[in-house]
Amino acid sequence: MLEINGLKTEVVTEQGNVTLIDDINLNLAAGEVMGLVGESGSGKSVTGLSIMGLLDKPVQVTGGQILFKGRDLRKLSQKELRSIRGNRIAMIFQDPMSTLNPVLRIDTQMMEAVRTHESVSKQAAWERARDALGMVGIPSPEERLSAYPHQFSGGMRQRVAIAIALLMSPDLIIADEPTTALDVTIQAQILSIVQKLAREKGMALIWVTHDLSVVAGLAEKLSVMYAGRIVEQGSTADLLRRPLHPYTNGLIASLPAHNERGSRLKQISGTTPSVANMPKGCAFRPRCSSATEICFDPPALEAVEGRLLRCFHPVMEGAPS
Amino acid sequence: MSNRLEVRNVSKRFSRMSGVVERGAELMGLKAPNPVVRALDDVSLTVAEGEVVGIVGESGCGKSTLGRVVAGLLQASEGSVLFRGKQLDEMPGKSADEARLKVQMIFQDPSSSLNPRQRVREIIGAAPLHHGMTTARELDDYVSQQMQRSGLDPSMAGRFPHQFSGGQRQRIGIARALAVQPDMLICDESVAALDVSIQAQILNLFLDLREQLDLTYLFISHDLSVVEHISDRVMVMYLGRVVEEAAVGELFSHPNHPYTRALLQERPSLDPVQRRFSAIEGEIASPLSPPSGCHFHPRCPMAMERCRVERSELRLIGPGHKSACHLND
Repeated sequence: MLEINGLKTEVVTEQGNVTLIDDINLNLAAGEVMGLVGESGSGKSVTGLSIMGLLDKPVQVTGGQILFKGRDLRKLSQKELRSIRGNRIAMIFQDPMSTLNPVLRIDTQMMEAVRTHESVSKQAAWERARDALGMVGIPSPEERLSAYPHQFSGGMRQRVAIAIALLMSPDLIIADEPTTALDVTIQAQILSIVQKLAREKGMALIWVTHDLSVVAGLAEKLSVMYAGRIVEQGSTADLLRRPLHPYTNGLIASLPAHNERGSRLKQISGTTPSVANMPKGCAFRPRCSSATEICFDPPALEAVEGRLLRCFHPVMEGAPS
Repeated sequence: MSNRLEVRNVSKRFSRMSGVVERGAELMGLKAPNPVVRALDDVSLTVAEGEVVGIVGESGCGKSTLGRVVAGLLQASEGSVLFRGKQLDEMPGKSADEARLKVQMIFQDPSSSLNPRQRVREIIGAAPLHHGMTTARELDDYVSQQMQRSGLDPSMAGRFPHQFSGGQRQRIGIARALAVQPDMLICDESVAALDVSIQAQILNLFLDLREQLDLTYLFISHDLSVVEHISDRVMVMYLGRVVEEAAVGELFSHPNHPYTRALLQERPSLDPVQRRFSAIEGEIASPLSPPSGCHFHPRCPMAMERCRVERSELRLIGPGHKSACHLND
């Protein structure tokens, strides 16, 4: 369904280019859910936007392939891309108000989305909108269709945004931190809806988040990003049970749930590097306790124990985390 | 031993003030009075010396309002706040000021709680200088000490907040709060905006400071695992009311109130087993028109007729364990 090879996105300026993400490789089959995990500045959102072709100058995709059902999205014209975007690939953002127009009623917005991609009658578009709202669990969808976005609560707005993404039954949904701003109980509701729909409709889903525990129960595959590169990629179960990259390992070990109550948390020292000031070689080197001389060379993403890993010193079994 | 802090039956109501014409119309019965938000509804809480009390709840539950009332940033509509057994307005002016100074607050968003036009030296140094804890001559040393304690490099005292990362900014906020030598900190979602790896660093800082300075904490957060980790006792709030309160081990192993149970169940965990998210139904009601009886009844799977009409009082159900649920009768 989706195959990304060596994707590179840069800020292109006259003074030279600044790399935001580099060497991104992803594979996603129909119905598969992948979690794309990283901290702020790791490039996880840029990856999502690069796939969607939603980047604005001076940020540009400068290398690699984005194969969607065998077609390279980078080689398509704007017009062809528009017929895919919102139709076959949809995106859900963290803030639903960046999807919704505050001065238009929900039905106007939803019917417009349908009729942009397909020539159907207004009645048919309205019915499709109603069904989509019903699918995401909005009570009495007929009435709610004539409401404005501000008349919904935060959780309901995110449901509407998801309903809009579902309108054309896309093959792939890219969800960028869609539950981060929501309360725990509302987040659980959204997760349960998305999980159900992905299963029933065979949609592929990329769930971008900073929170490992959100995707732990949702995704089959995980890609962990650090400083614009994928550092570890594999099945969720393997990766969480035995993280091999010191960064993944550190992230999991620093969660309060993995530490004795009231004890000091195992922390990763230092901070994430800024794109303008990347450390030489492995970007995690300055924060890594097992770094050596060799880490001054950039490590490649290699297959290790059934997963992909970008590290010279994988965490060994039984090693102190 | 007297409690460090006691909150007695505090309520806080917010309402828009009516204008002259509106008030006239209200008197003549032409207009309904402005709606009132009961942000806090008869909340009581005690915090012992050196204790860490966690307050959890979702948006609109009143946890931040409670923090602000305790910190003196908001005035309670009813009830009283006692510091070491004394009410602020009963103390002579000077000792009331001192008592207030001993309670400091650390906010969620470090960038909006730091003045962008002040250098770190001024941000941290202004309050202790004003309160005579240091002199203008010794200020630089004093600020360096505070910065070091919070894990900041003192050589950066001349920089502005925007030159720091999010985690460092939060450290500036902590250094500023500690600079006036408080013995109690109110942390309102203080790690919520930080990345996971930075969050662990700041939580460790809180734990270290507690040990070094014998601090008492009121730790407000929506994140159950953070609260579980740092607190001795936990209070769960829903729509302005306390629904459950217990020691941390007891609350997390034997949650009693259906809301607490739902919260714990829906807490995302790292368990890689593909699990079905089973959501409790419904939305959090608006605090403008909370449901009758027990506020949680429209979402509660076990609600009975009684829950719709009768308010559930917070009652002792075990040693140090209080819950507000009719099912316990």
